Amino acid sequence: MAPTIEKLLIANRGEIAVRIAETAARLGLRTVAVHSDADTGAFHTQCCDEAVRIGPAPAIESYLSVEALLAAAARTGADAVHPGYGFLAENAGFAQAVIDAGLTWVGPGPEAIAVMGSKSRSRSLAVELGVPVLEGSIEPTLAEARRIGFPVLVKAVSGGGGRGMRIVRTEQDFEAACVSAAREAAASFGDGSLMLERYVDRPRHVEIQVFGDTHGNTVHLYERECSIQRRHQKVIEEHPSMALDEDLRAEMGAAAVKLAAGIRYVGAGTVEFLVDAEGRFSFLEMNTRIQVEHPVTELITGVDLVEWQLRIAAGEPLPEVPPRSGAAIEARLYAEDPDRDYAPQTGRLLTWWPWKARSGRVDGGVGTGSEIGVHYDPMLAKVLGHGPTRDAARRNLIRVLEDLVVLGVGTNRDHLLRVLRHPAYAAGELHTHFLEEHAADLGPPEPGERERWALLAAALRELEALQTVRPGVPPGWRNNPWRDPSLHLGGQELRWRRLAGAWRVQVGDDVHEVAAVEDKGPILMLSVDGLTRRLVVAETPEAWHVHACGGAVVVSRDDPWPEPEGADAGGACVAPMPGSVLQVAVGPGDEVAEGQVLAVLEAMKTEHRLLAPRDGVVASVRVEVGEQVDAGAVLVELAEEE
Amino acid sequence: MNPLRTRIDRRSESYRSNHAANLAECERLAGELAKSREGGGERYVQRHLKRGKLLPRERVERLLDPGSHFLEICPLAGRDVDLVKPGAGVVGGLGVVSGVECMITASESTVQGGAINEWGVKKSQRLSDIALENGLPGISCIESAGADLPNQATIFLPGGRIFRDITRRSRAGLPSICLVFGSSTAGGAYLPGMSDYAVFVKERARVFLAGPPLVKMATGEVVDDESLGGAEMHSRTSGVSDFLAQDELDAIRLGRELMAAVRWQKSGPTPTGPGDAPLHDPEELLGLVSPDPRQPYDVREVIARVVDGSRFLEFKPLYGPTLVCGFADLHGYRVGVLANNGVLFSESSNKGAQFIQLCNQRHIPLVFLQNITGFMVGQRYEEGGIIRNGAKLINAVSNSTVPALTVMIGASFGAGNYAMMGRAYAPRFVFTWPSHRIAVMGGEQLAGTLDIVRREAARKKGVEVDEAQLGFVKQMLTDQIDRESDPYYATARIWDDGLIDPRDTRTVLGIALSAAHTTPVEGTNAWGVFRH
Repeated sequence: MAPTIEKLLIANRGEIAVRIAETAARLGLRTVAVHSDADTGAFHTQCCDEAVRIGPAPAIESYLSVEALLAAAARTGADAVHPGYGFLAENAGFAQAVIDAGLTWVGPGPEAIAVMGSKSRSRSLAVELGVPVLEGSIEPTLAEARRIGFPVLVKAVSGGGGRGMRIVRTEQDFEAACVSAAREAAASFGDGSLMLERYVDRPRHVEIQVFGDTHGNTVHLYERECSIQRRHQKVIEEHPSMALDEDLRAEMGAAAVKLAAGIRYVGAGTVEFLVDAEGRFSFLEMNTRIQVEHPVTELITGVDLVEWQLRIAAGEPLPEVPPRSGAAIEARLYAEDPDRDYAPQTGRLLTWWPWKARSGRVDGGVGTGSEIGVHYDPMLAKVLGHGPTRDAARRNLIRVLEDLVVLGVGTNRDHLLRVLRHPAYAAGELHTHFLEEHAADLGPPEPGERERWALLAAALRELEALQTVRPGVPPGWRNNPWRDPSLHLGGQELRWRRLAGAWRVQVGDDVHEVAAVEDKGPILMLSVDGLTRRLVVAETPEAWHVHACGGAVVVSRDDPWPEPEGADAGGACVAPMPGSVLQVAVGPGDEVAEGQVLAVLEAMKTEHRLLAPRDGVVASVRVEVGEQVDAGAVLVELAEEE
Repeated sequence: MNPLRTRIDRRSESYRSNHAANLAECERLAGELAKSREGGGERYVQRHLKRGKLLPRERVERLLDPGSHFLEICPLAGRDVDLVKPGAGVVGGLGVVSGVECMITASESTVQGGAINEWGVKKSQRLSDIALENGLPGISCIESAGADLPNQATIFLPGGRIFRDITRRSRAGLPSICLVFGSSTAGGAYLPGMSDYAVFVKERARVFLAGPPLVKMATGEVVDDESLGGAEMHSRTSGVSDFLAQDELDAIRLGRELMAAVRWQKSGPTPTGPGDAPLHDPEELLGLVSPDPRQPYDVREVIARVVDGSRFLEFKPLYGPTLVCGFADLHGYRVGVLANNGVLFSESSNKGAQFIQLCNQRHIPLVFLQNITGFMVGQRYEEGGIIRNGAKLINAVSNSTVPALTVMIGASFGAGNYAMMGRAYAPRFVFTWPSHRIAVMGGEQLAGTLDIVRREAARKKGVEVDEAQLGFVKQMLTDQIDRESDPYYATARIWDDGLIDPRDTRTVLGIALSAAHTTPVEGTNAWGVFRH
């Protein structure tokens, strides 16, 4: 008795909600989006037929609220729920509640979720089924850690994505790591319990996409390698894995199918393995949901994995698994700055243009005008390159990434490009510490061509907008010209002069002749000394945001008449970014030493420790734990120095 | 209104030779202007910079809005007059500060410490007059050692007008902002003292009636500069300073903020359109006008390269054709143009007087393109009442109340200068092309006339004429008059508001016209008795 689905509630946000809505609409389903207050009008809500407000910004009161989600389904008459990934996707209780409400759950049964959601139970199951596992323990004690041997990995029993996870290299660090991991796990997953695992140096992360149906069939759709990670977050994923030959591929695929079949798994799932330098693989965990990086598999098989999910949920049997062909690479575009310790970047997207690429794909969850806030995951989009070979896919991905116009919010694009161009990456020499190992090569280069073009584009826009007393009076006209007028941009003072149909712009000792070949809306065809390039420009009162030479540059519009620096704030501990106060470590009157932790701020799900700028005495504490603060807010103030 | 047609042949020999000659004149002008920017010379400029100070022209540049023009007035005042440097130690002109068209001035502090000389006084008065007549707020950058004491006799009494005018402009509702960057002592203390707003630069401004040596002389009191007249004292204690600037840039910032804060609004009429460019290229002005003022050309060719779209509605084209009159738009402002196409006859004078009356009736500003060798002479013309009719034109020019702009584009001889709104008739602005010649009459004519008078006198006395001596005197006089007719001689003496490159005529007039529209444009119907 196959349930039919007519109206699908997508219990998620961002790109995956958009992705699911697209397939659902193609299959003739009505779609319902849900959103928190922070996501009112968000891109994913515009991609569905209806959108229901489910609560305030904090996920715990909205996207993690079973009650609110079920109410939304009831109100809109949705008959099925797709959880996407993250949030409640791997919450057995939610799956059960959906089923109990008489709705179709697009995913595996609650029991499978529960088993695989527990690292200890999933590990036992793997051992039982003869799937290789890493040495580990469900007792996070020092004794157990000693038995496994250092380095040891402390990780949350629930959850994933690197949260609540710590590598501990020495015994001394063990206790502190457990405390911090437990706190992070509790905050992220509502469960602070931890487990231990042998830590493999330079491992590769290879996972197998599996599918099961309600008719007892279980298949796999090949592997994805996700070894490029930062802080245990996948950054670049690809197929095929350079670590696998056909034998190993078959062996791992069989192991994954065995595990899924062992729990009569229904729907899409991913079995993750560590592969060491010798090609030995061991089971890590199984993700009982659609995976972020599923488009890699879609590109090399032509299968729409979300369509398979929906068909299986509706009771249909699994289709034939097509052969794999070519290579695909996915890069995750995050609103963060890898050159400044992955600091989250927030703000409004001034321009978001994912060009339609012939040999690539952009799965985005945002649009021009989207607000990138602090409440949720900072991933803006997944960008993919596809081609007959890994190198073709790599080059196509580089092109798609370079052409993606994202202005207004900083991203990790340049860092991704540096990784993709790195010789070790091009050679396929991957492991999960790739970014740390090659960090020296992956830093930001000196400002160059791109910055110069962006500066000149900004200059041109400023110059073209100059006002004179009458339109026919040339800007900057002088009858007795002493020096060319200035323009203050990007921390520099430029000099300019009007020429017939062009501008002479001097940057330092360099003189350029700059003209707009065409200037329509955001697109600027800029000619610099006879070379013309297509740029995209967005304007704010503070800066010009320019897409030039394959990347975004922010050119500040500097005040030519700045107010003189006031008295230095001196002893203030200021929020470096918007976030919520996790901890206040001091109180008024406390003596503190330079470098001592004054407060801990959580922003974009990362903890930031705010340190005393100098020795001193705390004058006042301006915030409370749990308070939401803006960037620049003073959290703790030190008394003035004697 | 239809566009004027052109008959210029750019390939003709005369066009090419004119263009080359006029281009050389423009280059000469650029060279002379460059000298005016040298301040007190490299040594004093470097000394000024080493003290961490901005040069006066840099202060002006930094005051200006991005994109603003700066039309410097009388940049060559004082050139080759005694030992005065070109510019006479004062930089001044029209520019836009915080969106306000205003008069900006700066003491040339690298020239004798910014001490003011006779020509500096005259130039300052001219700048002040421009501000007052056109209703422009003023902002001044002061750093001056005061009066040029050895030459006090030429400055002391006329210099008093400078202070009088600041407060008269204030009474007229024109804000004056005074930024004090350095010394401004004795009489100079009244520059900030009389201004509406005074900004003093910390540790730089020195403002007192008498410096420490004079104080010690007078009363025996021993006091240092900073306590006697420093920015801190004046900002905190005396109240002479309204704002204490941290440094020079801060003073400029404050000056701009104050200009924004006065909420200035132009009260003249707004232009009716954006002002399209002339159909004909202003570059051709260099080729169509001969550098020899005796060579005639059709002045409509000039009009066609100055006014919007080259459009011109000519008034009475068939009557009195030596004075071309008509309506045009200039940067979107409607103007009445009067331009010479030969000597003035009775008919052309009458036509001009009528046209000026019509423009006053409709509150239309006037633009004079002056290229005049004078009124027609001879028995027939005297009998025709050339004096009576010329007087009508001078009457109209004298009593017209709409703004008038005069450009000296060729010759300016005799009463023609008066009839065509010469300097003495107080047009709002007078600008001159470098090929211009100005005098009561041409050197040759003047010397020739005197030669005839002397021969007549000798004949009456029955004395033999000393041909050698007469020839020598005639040559001397010709040379003197020619030298005095030179536009550089004229501009040095502030007979105009500056020499301009002919190709800039339209831009200069646009800026001047915009400035003139800061005050209401009102014509008159009140005239002196016309001798009909």
